Amino acid sequence: MYKIVSKKEISSKIKSYEIYAPEIAKNAKAGQFIMFRIDDRGERVPLTIAGTNPERGLVRIIFQEVGKSTMHLASLCEGDFIKDFAGPLGHPTKIKKYGTVVAVAGGVGTAEVLPVIKELKKVENKIITIVGARCKDLIILEDELKQESDLLLFATNDGTCGIKGFVTDALKDIINKEIVDVVYAIGPVQMMRAVAELTREKHIETIVSLNPIMLDGTGMCGACRVTVDGKTKFACVDGPEFDAHSVHWEELISRLELFKDFEKISIDKFKYYQECQCRKK
Amino acid sequence: MSQKVKMPERDPQVRKRDFKQVNIGYCQDEMLREAKRCLQCKNPMCCRGCPVEIDIPVFIKHLAENNPDKAMKVLKEKNNLSAVCGRVCPQENQCEKFCILAKNSESISIGNLERYAADVTAKNNDDSTIIERNGIKIAVVGSGPAGLTCGGDLLKMGYDVTVYESLHDTGGVLRYGIPEFRLPKAVLDIEINNLKKLGMKIILNTLIGRIKTIKELFDDGYKAIFVAVGAGLPVFPRIEGENFNRIYCSNEFLVRVNLMHSFDFPEYDTPVYKGRNVVVIGGGNTAMDSARTAMRLGAESVRLIYRRTENEMPARKEERMHAKEEGVEFIPLTNPVKFIGDERKFVKAVECVKMELGETDDSGRKRANIINGSNYTIETDMVILALGLYPNPILPLLTKGLNTDKQGYLIIDDNYMTSIPGIFAGGDIVGGDTVIEAMGMGKKAARAIANYFNNNNI
Repeated sequence: MYKIVSKKEISSKIKSYEIYAPEIAKNAKAGQFIMFRIDDRGERVPLTIAGTNPERGLVRIIFQEVGKSTMHLASLCEGDFIKDFAGPLGHPTKIKKYGTVVAVAGGVGTAEVLPVIKELKKVENKIITIVGARCKDLIILEDELKQESDLLLFATNDGTCGIKGFVTDALKDIINKEIVDVVYAIGPVQMMRAVAELTREKHIETIVSLNPIMLDGTGMCGACRVTVDGKTKFACVDGPEFDAHSVHWEELISRLELFKDFEKISIDKFKYYQECQCRKK
Repeated sequence: MSQKVKMPERDPQVRKRDFKQVNIGYCQDEMLREAKRCLQCKNPMCCRGCPVEIDIPVFIKHLAENNPDKAMKVLKEKNNLSAVCGRVCPQENQCEKFCILAKNSESISIGNLERYAADVTAKNNDDSTIIERNGIKIAVVGSGPAGLTCGGDLLKMGYDVTVYESLHDTGGVLRYGIPEFRLPKAVLDIEINNLKKLGMKIILNTLIGRIKTIKELFDDGYKAIFVAVGAGLPVFPRIEGENFNRIYCSNEFLVRVNLMHSFDFPEYDTPVYKGRNVVVIGGGNTAMDSARTAMRLGAESVRLIYRRTENEMPARKEERMHAKEEGVEFIPLTNPVKFIGDERKFVKAVECVKMELGETDDSGRKRANIINGSNYTIETDMVILALGLYPNPILPLLTKGLNTDKQGYLIIDDNYMTSIPGIFAGGDIVGGDTVIEAMGMGKKAARAIANYFNNNNI
């Protein structure tokens, strides 16, 4: 059992938890993920690690309520326990001095990019962070990002923060203005694909952290297979990071559709039975 | 000479729609009749066929005297997982193959008798034997058949054994791979609980290599490590369209159903697609398990495609028979060449080609050759690929100096030791194939580890 030591709501549908898992906290590196399972009936869900506190044995996860399991997780409270929490999984991000790094993040990917830029900054890269969101209210972790970035830019659909438009618009501006050595993108698959298309033209090395459907997450089942450079790769053991220009995006997007109908059934059932489990109210 | 007492089975028409056990197990009378057929050979050939070296005639003798407790004691001397072995071992290729009775009539049903002894003694299982502990810590990586066997044997020798498992539950392939109707999880739980009672510590959710390295295990005070991390990534046919939706690997399909209970979605959160017209590709036991599981999830038709004939299938005869009785249609001498998807990239058909058998190849099996121009398509809404697995790549990749062969299997010497002193390995990660082979390796590795300590004065 793994204890939820702290719970923070950082936007209406996004929560930040710290889970007591000292071994993971000690060994996790930027870019890796964990698999959680809430209870005996739960599914195994991958989440990118958003940070660690090895001294206190804490692993930070930040998640958006999108499916049944994340809704269920969000309904738990400080002091509650989840059944399983396994990690760190996947290859860590390669940390080296590139020069200028542009980190592009969207949605909950904003949380996941944080440990990556932190490490890249430590080795003296110039960090330009571009965060995309639908509107100002959905922007998270602004202060923390500011601290780790040399330049922090926003793109919102309605223009309530930063430029009005997409992250790719902001990225285009940067690329036109200065030399970019590498782009790191994490977020919704359509966003990562758009970033890849843009940087492909400009021949800028681009790394993406992929989020295909996973089951065991330990290199056993093949659910998370993605085609990279024409070869079958497994996001859980070969990834989760890949060269953005080699990813077969169309296939990845189609494979993410696999359980859409099931997800709806699960959510409906959860909402129907949901009671407040918060004992501390 | 008397005929073998047949294992009672449930009606195929009923069982093909539920997950309850197919083989019911002998009743006492059936057990006695079968046990009494044993000739009690002075020089028993059957024992030579047993990878875990069970004293077969002796346990059968106790059964013939209707003393299952004594029989179980004999079994336990060598085997920590009798209830499992009695159900899933391919006895026909092992102990039963060597039975002298097989020459003129039918061999003794050793597996069925082993299962009887384990099942009837399961309730009054008393492992009160106090073993003197020697205080030497050994880590086992992987809680599948190889790991549990090695760990169990080492416990019995007095070692302090901790098993690390990467998943959230124990048993490895015994839990995520073999379906409930062949090996009920309750039976597996009893066996594993017995090992825990003996003193086995099992730590779940711990992927060695990532959370800590093998070297760190030595730093934690373990004096030897047995690596039994099992099979890993699935083999794909490498043909067009293989990543369309609803093309599952057998491992994914079986993990969803067996480990995650997805047959009971949405009561359990993990979904699985329940195919109507399912195509399974492969001819091994996993292919049979997949086909029969698909049937139980309500498929209207399940077709099993195999490139050679049924004679060449690696699956056990019993599994093939059971599958066919349950309505799985075998399409031998056929190979897929491409998958066809709909506009949403969900599979809708498999294009196949007919095969014919040619001369015998290096593996001793007849080569399957394509008959040009024989292509045809089979419509389907779900495909399950059961083409085998590569060894799990994670641990070798993350352990400096741990040598593998070209295919990724760990290289071991005659004493089951890897290229790093103190690290031993067995099971699928070194190229084992069946549960019992893995168990046999686990057993021999346990002995090798004990010798290693004795020779090095640890």
